[in-house]
Amino acid sequence: MADEQNSVSSILEDKTYKYGFTTNVESETFAKGLTEEVIRAISMKKNEPAFMLDFRLRAFEKWKTMKPPEWPNVHYPPIDFQNISYYSAPKQKKVLDSLDEVDPEVLRTFEKLGIPLDEQKKLANVAVDAVFDSVSVATTHKKKLMEVGIIFCSISEALQEYPELVEEYLGTVVPVGDNFYAALNSAVFTDGSFVYIPPDTISPMEISTYFRINTEETGQFERTLIICAENSYVSYLEGCTAPQFDTNQLHAAVVELVTLENAEIKYSTVQNWYAGDKETGKGGIYNFVTKRGKCQGNNSKISWTQVETGSAITWKYPSCLLLGDNTTGEFYSVALTNGHMQADTGTKMIHIGKNTRSSIISKGISADYSSNSYRGQVKVGKNATNARNYSQCDSLLVGDKCSAHTFPYIETANSSVQVEHEAATSKISEDQLFYFESRGISRENAIEAVISGFCKEVFKQLPMEFAVEAQKLLTLKLEDSVG
Amino acid sequence: MLEIKDLHAGFDGNEIIKGISLSVKKGEIHAVMGPNGSGKSTMAKILSGHPAYEAMGGEILFNGENLLEMDAEQRSLAGIFMGFQYPVEVPGVNNAEFLRMAHNARRVKAGEEEMDPLDFDDLLSEKMNMLGMEKKYKERNLNDGFSGGEKKKNEILQMAILEPKLAILDETDSGLDIDALRVVSEGVNKLRNENNALILITHYQRLLDYIKPDFVHVLSKGKIVKSGGKGLALELESQGYDWVTTEN
Repeated sequence: MADEQNSVSSILEDKTYKYGFTTNVESETFAKGLTEEVIRAISMKKNEPAFMLDFRLRAFEKWKTMKPPEWPNVHYPPIDFQNISYYSAPKQKKVLDSLDEVDPEVLRTFEKLGIPLDEQKKLANVAVDAVFDSVSVATTHKKKLMEVGIIFCSISEALQEYPELVEEYLGTVVPVGDNFYAALNSAVFTDGSFVYIPPDTISPMEISTYFRINTEETGQFERTLIICAENSYVSYLEGCTAPQFDTNQLHAAVVELVTLENAEIKYSTVQNWYAGDKETGKGGIYNFVTKRGKCQGNNSKISWTQVETGSAITWKYPSCLLLGDNTTGEFYSVALTNGHMQADTGTKMIHIGKNTRSSIISKGISADYSSNSYRGQVKVGKNATNARNYSQCDSLLVGDKCSAHTFPYIETANSSVQVEHEAATSKISEDQLFYFESRGISRENAIEAVISGFCKEVFKQLPMEFAVEAQKLLTLKLEDSVG
Repeated sequence: MLEIKDLHAGFDGNEIIKGISLSVKKGEIHAVMGPNGSGKSTMAKILSGHPAYEAMGGEILFNGENLLEMDAEQRSLAGIFMGFQYPVEVPGVNNAEFLRMAHNARRVKAGEEEMDPLDFDDLLSEKMNMLGMEKKYKERNLNDGFSGGEKKKNEILQMAILEPKLAILDETDSGLDIDALRVVSEGVNKLRNENNALILITHYQRLLDYIKPDFVHVLSKGKIVKSGGKGLALELESQGYDWVTTEN
């Protein structure tokens, strides 16, 4: 044990270790590399319960035997996983004195998106009036949620305050050895969100990560766990339309959702990570995410809605395990790629219970030199009598250098099943835009109309303001690509 | 209203129109006729402001303004309407919503407030009744899956909503059966008044049985080789284009 302590301490940089684990020194970062000692150090530093360390170590053992997936239709140089530092204390974002200090490119985007000035300041982390300060907004939100018994906190906090809930559900949807990046995340994640909705509770508001992570840099390995108990409902929003930059290139998050009987979770994401240099594609974020929901109780429902507009490489398949009878899984996706972006995204719908339903609406927009793949699996088990699936995968091409691919996989082991798949490819052309212009409609409005028409079925799933912003974001991203 | 003076134009550096002059006053209907390759469609493209086509000499004035310096959007807002030979299909964009966008672009230009969907629906219903068009034109997406005839009817509906000062109809009769031709022509006639003008670009004279032109111009090899009254169209019909094109 003493030996172990020593090796653990050697991982921690001397200075920080000397002052103990609770120090708030800004640059508290582990040396690069991943070993068992690093994982023990992370767990110790976060003062985690024993089951958590065990979970991490099991994940690490699995990870060591695994290889990064090669089947996605994306290409990137091999990542040196020993050249990454796996622990960094949450850093406060640098507070700026005024919007003048913000990158003009970011401001231009804010303006185009129509984000109000106060909001712009919040997003860029400019010091604002205490009343509008995001921390106080967050506190108010948390209080309101607590009044009806809803827990919304960071997963680190949950491990301290509600360890039995975390232990019961963590890793039950995405097992520690599920895939290479999920295993890595399970071994080393340092933070993320935790939500618990008690039975018979309709969340009085949409819960947004925006109110949690605003003052801190997002972790590289985020972990989210949402549990919705019997007869409850929650709508959860992740991300925002504002452009996000990060010094870490690799992002491997894991999100797990669990619904008990008659419960429903609606999970919406808008992602606009830095996609790299438009000409060369250099420097963009790699977004390798495992998102999965488990409809555990009968009559429960999980719905994923995503608007993916950023990252150099996206590898992401928000999925549903339809375990209970009469459960429903939905996936609504808009994935836009431009520049040299590569996206391989889609969903998995696993029908296990009887009368399970799933629908998949995927809209891929590719522009410039980008590559956009839809990959979806519909799997129906032998007991899933009367299961139904409907899939629709449409692609919109902008220009002639980009590509769109569709990889549907359908497997059924039950003859009473009905599975439908539709796919279509269309183009946004100079001729279409000219047609609008010759009716006095501006190019910008024309692009917006075509895009929002194409994405209609997905946008209507998003909360109103989110939908409006997402639509503007897509238009903005495509303006330079058309013509 | 429209003054074309010694216009030379083409695309990719190829001169196709080689010196055309034409004057259109309000209340007038002009028919521009000619065989294939005479420069008819280049003339339509250059008037519409299509970015692939360029003027190589001469000028076009629209109510005193230099049309060649305006892009397609500005031309439309100034009161020019182009009825396309091949209207583009735009899946996903509702036809009524497209018409409302076009109508509102004009209102914004005039400093008026945008019209909301309900009020616009009243306006649209009124125009559609006038043109005898079925309700499906409201519900469907812009030209998406429309037959040739439906597309042309939809062009006329757009013209009715936009109330242009000058409408240019490019081969509007092509691909229409006799019933559709009648509906389209009747629509155009209803939209005519003493303050607007019309240029019909057409290969065949049969459209001119329904819409009576005041002037007919014959285009050949990029030049107007003959101009006259409506009788000229009938002569062309009976004698063929060779009659005028070989005369020069």
